[in-house]
Amino acid sequence: MVPEQPARRSTLSRRGLLKGGGAVAFGGLSIAALKLPMFGIDPVQACPNGGAAKDVSADERELVISNWTGYIDPRKNPKSTLAQFQDQTGISVTYNVDINDNAEFYAKVKNQMRACEPIDRDMIVMTDWMAARMISLGFIQPLNKGNVPNLDKNLIESLQGVPWDPEREYSAPWQSGLTGIAYNADLVPEVSSFEELITRDDLKGKITLLSEMADTMGFFLKVTGADPVDFDDDEWAAAIDRLREVKESGQLLQFAGNNYLQQLSQGTLLACEAWSGDVIQAQYDNPNLKFVVPEEGLSLWSDNMMVPNYATHQTHAETWIDYYYQPEVAAKLAAWVNYICPVQGAQEAMLDIDPSLAENPLIFPDSEMLANTWDFMTLTDEKQSQYEGEWADVISS
Amino acid sequence: MAETGRRRGLTAYLLMAPAVIVLALFFVIPFYSLVAASLYEPGGSDKNGWEVTYHFANYWDAVELYWRPLVRSLVYAGAATLICLVLGYVLAYAIAFKSGRWKSLLLVLVIAPFFTSFLVRTLSWQLILADDGWIVDTLQFLHVLGDDDRLLATNFAVVMGLAYNFLPFMVLPLFASIDKIDHRLIEASGDLYSNPVVGFFKVTWPLSLPGVVSGTLLTFIPAAGDYINAELLGNTETSVIGSVIQLQATDANHPHTAAALSMILMIGILAMVLFYIRKAGTEDLL
Repeated sequence: MVPEQPARRSTLSRRGLLKGGGAVAFGGLSIAALKLPMFGIDPVQACPNGGAAKDVSADERELVISNWTGYIDPRKNPKSTLAQFQDQTGISVTYNVDINDNAEFYAKVKNQMRACEPIDRDMIVMTDWMAARMISLGFIQPLNKGNVPNLDKNLIESLQGVPWDPEREYSAPWQSGLTGIAYNADLVPEVSSFEELITRDDLKGKITLLSEMADTMGFFLKVTGADPVDFDDDEWAAAIDRLREVKESGQLLQFAGNNYLQQLSQGTLLACEAWSGDVIQAQYDNPNLKFVVPEEGLSLWSDNMMVPNYATHQTHAETWIDYYYQPEVAAKLAAWVNYICPVQGAQEAMLDIDPSLAENPLIFPDSEMLANTWDFMTLTDEKQSQYEGEWADVISS
Repeated sequence: MAETGRRRGLTAYLLMAPAVIVLALFFVIPFYSLVAASLYEPGGSDKNGWEVTYHFANYWDAVELYWRPLVRSLVYAGAATLICLVLGYVLAYAIAFKSGRWKSLLLVLVIAPFFTSFLVRTLSWQLILADDGWIVDTLQFLHVLGDDDRLLATNFAVVMGLAYNFLPFMVLPLFASIDKIDHRLIEASGDLYSNPVVGFFKVTWPLSLPGVVSGTLLTFIPAAGDYINAELLGNTETSVIGSVIQLQATDANHPHTAAALSMILMIGILAMVLFYIRKAGTEDLL
């Protein structure tokens, strides 16, 4: 074997260079830490012109939307709601499915929004608590009510006023849903309350709870005797303690984001906290999956369409909202998505599409069912951060 | 002579410039911002912003709250690295010395899993290890597992997932090292009356050490930061530091905690790596 040539170290040795580089970097950082601006984040400031951009809708027949995955009927179909929207209005829609998680999407756009820069979308769809946060931070443009007559006319009553947007000036529900319990009727007897779900021995280690704080904590507040619509710090603390207890008892398999129904169908899970629309969709494949209204009630939430600051096609976005608030269009969408349809009159329109769905209380809940629902208290920014922090402490420790 | 030396130095620095610029842009500045974020005043919010107040207590608070996931991450990564080392060494040795004309094919097969997404492969393990999957059924039939025992959602599943996902990072550097070993040295050890086992430990193993060191580092470091395996294959008691950082940075909106935990993880791993390299006596790798 030929001995290797010793590395030439006269001018530059790798190790010397690394050491030198390290020293320079360290020195630089130390100086920087003392002198340079510190990468702090300034308080939110009002954007010039109220965050409104010049609306170029008249010249550009375009609309850019970001929505959640699987939340619209198949777009390629020439008869789909989206294709017909494009035909009727001549607006070409760029429909992105780049929202998977409220917090994640928010993290992606918040720096631009804080800096009063456009996020290159004309419409985004966010769940209540995140919609509330964005509106309170001034990131959202008010809707021009003159352009959305159908919204005012057809929005179902239970969604008309929400505490964070009492007049629906900024937001329009895209779809709503209920959070309740699903179980596999093939494998276990009915799970009729949340209390049962978190205590029953035959479910031990075979249930999941949702990883959305508001969904799961709403139930824990109920179980500990508080009201999720209006609670104080002590009641919250009691609910968090109960959650910790349940977690440490080994009752839970996981905190689930979105693939819980597959596991429920396979039998890895026997029951879980679940979103209504997911369960209805999964029932097409496995009729043994059942959705129950727990004795504690249901949590009612919406995903809301909103126009972010500096959107340049606001008028088109409003045309879109108005279009989807026509009962026929809403029924067609609901027949595919299977969540709660927020549009009055869609139930009658659904009779023409699929009468069985028109009678499904999880898509068109009756007043009795709605009386049994709550929507989670709207939290201030500080409280949201505190509660989410304590929630995170429990689920990730 | 001195003239050429200096010119050579200058050329070297010029050649380095692109790398230095890239490092400054993509490492130094983000790192600096991470340090800054870890020193935010904890009471900040989106509305009121975040101020750097040199609140070093963030570090202590983060460790106090999250030392368990932190330790868990390191233990999982260590266990997975060990498994990878054993499996990977055997595999790399076989490919390098025993595979003959199949060598290239086998190497391609080692990398083949990368053609599918990391996420999809991990999700498939959910199916394979499921409670009523055939593996669990078989093991229960053989009474290796009790009737209520499971594989999915256990520490075992998490470590196995990590080992599976990072195995190629171990095999490739090991292969590169072992493949270079001169066969005549091993034969010579035989000529000097060493048996194959002693020969392995006196000749092959020391010569493959650079591969062992780089392989273990390439496996351990990403495995310590990975949280997909713990999230998909684990249960509520297996959360690792990556999940905590992600939750703190997004849902909980506590950038100071997320940044402090990232720094702790980074410093912790760096310290362990330096110690390890010292111990392994392969500082020349740097």
